[in-house]
Amino acid sequence: MPEPRWFRVLRVVGLTLLTMFTVVPLYVMVTSALKPLGAVRDRFQWLPEDLTFQPFMDMWSTIDLADYFINSAVVALGAALVSLTLAILAAYAVSRYRFRGRDGFRIVVLSTQMFPGILFLLPLYLIYATIGRYTGIELYGSQLGLIVTYLTFSLPFAIWMMVGYFDTIPRDLDEAALIDGASPVGALWRVVLPAARPGIAAVGIYAFMTAWGETLFASIMTDSDSRTLAVGLREYSTETSVYWNEVMAASLVVSIPVVIGFLALQRYLAQGLTAGAVK
Amino acid sequence: MTSTAAPSPASTAAPPEPPARRRWSPSRRMLPYLLVAPALCFELLVHLLPMLGGLYMSLLELTQFYLRDWLNAPLAGVANFSFALDFNSAVGVTLLRSFAVTAGFSVLTVGLSWLLGVFAATLLQRSFRGRAVLRTLFLVPYALPVYTAAMIWKFLLDQDDGMVNATLGGLGLTDGQTFWLLGDNAFLATVATATWRLWPFAFLVLMAGMQSIPHDVYESATVDGAGLWQQFRSITLPMLRPVNQVLVLVLFLWTFNDFNVPYILFDKSVPNAANLLSIHIYNNSFITWNFGLGSAMSTLLLLFLLVVTAGYLAFTSRRMKDA
Repeated sequence: MPEPRWFRVLRVVGLTLLTMFTVVPLYVMVTSALKPLGAVRDRFQWLPEDLTFQPFMDMWSTIDLADYFINSAVVALGAALVSLTLAILAAYAVSRYRFRGRDGFRIVVLSTQMFPGILFLLPLYLIYATIGRYTGIELYGSQLGLIVTYLTFSLPFAIWMMVGYFDTIPRDLDEAALIDGASPVGALWRVVLPAARPGIAAVGIYAFMTAWGETLFASIMTDSDSRTLAVGLREYSTETSVYWNEVMAASLVVSIPVVIGFLALQRYLAQGLTAGAVK
Repeated sequence: MTSTAAPSPASTAAPPEPPARRRWSPSRRMLPYLLVAPALCFELLVHLLPMLGGLYMSLLELTQFYLRDWLNAPLAGVANFSFALDFNSAVGVTLLRSFAVTAGFSVLTVGLSWLLGVFAATLLQRSFRGRAVLRTLFLVPYALPVYTAAMIWKFLLDQDDGMVNATLGGLGLTDGQTFWLLGDNAFLATVATATWRLWPFAFLVLMAGMQSIPHDVYESATVDGAGLWQQFRSITLPMLRPVNQVLVLVLFLWTFNDFNVPYILFDKSVPNAANLLSIHIYNNSFITWNFGLGSAMSTLLLLFLLVVTAGYLAFTSRRMKDA
């Protein structure tokens, strides 16, 4: 159908405005990361006069950025891997078996989004401290504690999305494997997982992003040895001033891995989210 | 995992079922529970158990004197709740105001994010040159870690050196000295920051939802002479209803519990106009060290969300059945 003129005008105007809304903050972020400190402390300029990569060098020494980076990477990778594994197992059950409690699964997933983090932050901290006292497993202030915490944040939607992907894989495939003598776990491993590869990557990046960006629990559950980027980046602001160019440079470096991963896999992410919602 | 070789003694003892090569795999009845169990265990440990702990703490007189030995703190009954809801005292009044601010913030942010999302998804529904680029571009703010997104806005809105004041002042629209992060303006700053990061999520989900609407529905509507606006109202919106039901609920829950945006934008001194419930309870708990009171406030927040969610799901599900 030919598009009416009003629609084409609306599209150009609307998309231009949305593009500006999206791009202007990103543009300010990138250009400010390339300005010398004097320039970001002056009145803002749209076209920077001199560009420098100095902030990208200096940002490592102003705060312990490398340490925070490593902590965040360890925590996010650990949480993503475990969350993904647990999600695959659980989603396989939900997708392939009928069992008691299966139908309540979607409600349970949605209701986990309802829990105010602030309500279970303090008790969780006390529970971790208690576990540490009795078993010697240090969960408070450690990377392990953050991994355990964060993996549960992404787990509900990770299962939700995995069920969506598994449902699109014909059951005949794994039933054929079962008839050929594979165990159910063998069928999952050899037949279902290879077919769900893009979905697995998408859920993995989602779980990674969740852990990479978490702030509330990181602000309480980390000490100076386990501090993550979410808390650490605030150290660029001192009582008297902020190293805005280094903040923007560090933000840029910190964002790039997740932005690339997310954009590469967004199609599959969207598929999984809506597939879970429609049924 | 399974082995067909060497029949084990047990299988010869009890011959017919189960078949020997299934011997070491759990029975079909147990397997789904075993597969779900690890995920469930972690959720119980990190979500359910602490939440029950939080509910219990709300009934304790858990001030700084009892923190070290919290299990032996004296019971306070509903004292924390009546204190939090005493609207004649400062505690009750600030909680009520924080609730109002949160409700306003949540409604505005969800509304704006949904409108922008559905607008962009509709404009990008038909293919044209540059569509793929724009689609990717619009998603970037959502892909950023939330603290970097808020950090960017904090810089944009900075009173002295920020882009917003420089531009508005340069154009002569304001004197270029507006305090965006203080006073009532802080509310706008919070909504703008949250919307900037959240609307791409609405866009992503709505776009996927629109793609699952079959093309021929639109084609037959065109044959029947329906204009684009009519098609949007009588095809797109109704077909998106199941997607919208979940999307709006999730956006609402996320914004109502939002902690990150005010935490990054304002550091320790959060203006009243941007004092969302999560940060209000957080600061309250760690300034006064009265965790009993803080837990009571969090419990009230949870109860409110529970009621709203249940009502919302009941209402929207009935409407979908009627349609």
